[in-house]
Amino acid sequence: MSTQESRKERIDRGIKVRSDGLYALMSWRELSYLTLPRFILIAGMLSLPFLVPGMYWQRVISIVCIYAILALSFDFMAHYVGLVSLGGAFFIGTGGYIAGILNSYFSVPPFLTVPLAAIIGGVVCTLLLLPCLPLKGVYFAIVTLMYPLFMARIIEAFNIFGGTDGLVGIDSFSSSFAEQYLVICMVLIFLFGLRRFVTTDRGLIFTAIMDNDQAVRASGINITKYKALAVFIASAMGCLAGACLTHIYMWSGISQFALDFSILPIAATVIGGSGTLVGPILGCLILVPVSELLRDFGTLRIVFYASILVGFILFRSDGIMEFGQRKYEQFERWTKI
Amino acid sequence: MEILVYGTINSVSLALMGLGFAMIYGISRVPNFAHGALYIICGFVTWTLFYKLGLPYFIAIILSLCVNGILGMFMYRFILIRVRGMNISEIIASYAIGLAILEGLRYGGFRGMNYTLPVFMEGSLMIGNVPLDFHRLIMMVIGILLVAGLWVFTHHTRIGLALQGMAQDERAALMLGIDSDFMAMLAMGFGAVLAGVAATLILPLGNIVVESGYNVLIMSIAVCIVGGLGSWMGAFFAAFIIGYAQILTVVFIGSHFQMVVALLAIILTLILKPSGLFGHQKELEERV
Repeated sequence: MSTQESRKERIDRGIKVRSDGLYALMSWRELSYLTLPRFILIAGMLSLPFLVPGMYWQRVISIVCIYAILALSFDFMAHYVGLVSLGGAFFIGTGGYIAGILNSYFSVPPFLTVPLAAIIGGVVCTLLLLPCLPLKGVYFAIVTLMYPLFMARIIEAFNIFGGTDGLVGIDSFSSSFAEQYLVICMVLIFLFGLRRFVTTDRGLIFTAIMDNDQAVRASGINITKYKALAVFIASAMGCLAGACLTHIYMWSGISQFALDFSILPIAATVIGGSGTLVGPILGCLILVPVSELLRDFGTLRIVFYASILVGFILFRSDGIMEFGQRKYEQFERWTKI
Repeated sequence: MEILVYGTINSVSLALMGLGFAMIYGISRVPNFAHGALYIICGFVTWTLFYKLGLPYFIAIILSLCVNGILGMFMYRFILIRVRGMNISEIIASYAIGLAILEGLRYGGFRGMNYTLPVFMEGSLMIGNVPLDFHRLIMMVIGILLVAGLWVFTHHTRIGLALQGMAQDERAALMLGIDSDFMAMLAMGFGAVLAGVAATLILPLGNIVVESGYNVLIMSIAVCIVGGLGSWMGAFFAAFIIGYAQILTVVFIGSHFQMVVALLAIILTLILKPSGLFGHQKELEERV
């Protein structure tokens, strides 16, 4: 009895090899091979408000984008700087409260509060996280997980900023189109901006800090400064998302520090593909609508996405994006050994 | 006097919550974020066995502890073993499991205020001018016995010594013929049982509510971090520090600040001395 011994091998497609170098673009086919995936993403995101029916699902688009920005910031921090922050809710809450305070106490219009909240929030978050920057791995994760809970308890205990009721009566965006295109454009800008940024010299230093921080230090580079810069970028993105959230719901409250905002972006990143920057957005595009569909089942949806998360971590830890990329760039065949 | 008595009780209950977490982390280096879920599930299993199936209270408790232990071992054997050593995946996976259990229980109808367990013994006695019921007294005694028992177990039995060896140096333990995966599974089981013991001792004092699962998780993390991750003696002493600090803030500042104290303790400890009061971690590895 003989069994055929064979293995699967993966080989790059010819078109991928040809179009890898920029100067080798010989035909429209190769050009479109490179640009089509990006074009589909951009066009798809921009046409979403037209494709989706009803007020309710239009609102879901905005929520998807807010989670997507948050997931992008998590992916950037975790896989390009090596700081795993479980405190997405901390950024959302800080940004949301700053936007709420600016709008309801000083009546600043929404198109100013959003950038202001991003910058002030980024500075505030960076300053608060500065003492934790020397921590690594599980310690940084735990301390960032505790920050949003701590902030929520502080606001509750001192009864500031509206206490448990939160700040109500905040202005909304002028129209729902403005609201959706603002968040969609922000997602795209941050996505392509970060992809550029991680390949620059600064991005290289970030990656080096993740791989071996002592070596970076030995090269005479102040790693705390760079980590603070990374935290500022990530937290400004998170705060911007939080400010948008506040204006969409016309309300900012303690529930913006809730664990949902810490967990769902991480789940989206794991499902979409960690370290790819596009993956988190795909993950959000899948996860958030699914969890909206399951809203009727109450808390069962949390069970559902927690189990998906565990499943992906165990069996597909590289995520959808890596899988898709592999299929797009390589072909597989069985070969005899 | 009141502060002394209630501070001690609070500390012992914190120590009970934290011991399981400290044990699992100390031996298998898995931060078990499903700790709160294990705690709550034990309460509900006991409740179901006692009220729905009509088993005697004592047997119901023993059975639910066994269920908890097996659940913990299953969790390690089938899920966490695959991500062991990858810190972040461990946290995310175990937290997701905990989340699924807690929210599943909430969906299954276990919510509201009508789930309570009976106390072990009715009645109370006076210490000075402070009334102290027998249940809290039993809780304190069992808590202290448990810590002593754990100390004897880890220092004078074969399995205990093996667990300790693994905690100190996993590779060396492997060379001496200790099956590290099996031991980590055992540790997870023991940790789950400890969470269950804490649940059966503490839950009769109030309602069984799903939300307290999250609080238990936070408190046990607080205790373990302040005491030093992985050292269960440290966790025990840290429980006393945090326990008294909490009671003092409740008495002098206000009950709103009880949780703030715990969270502040975590953040301050991590910033000032990440290895904790009694931690044996190498500080250089944790900080830059």
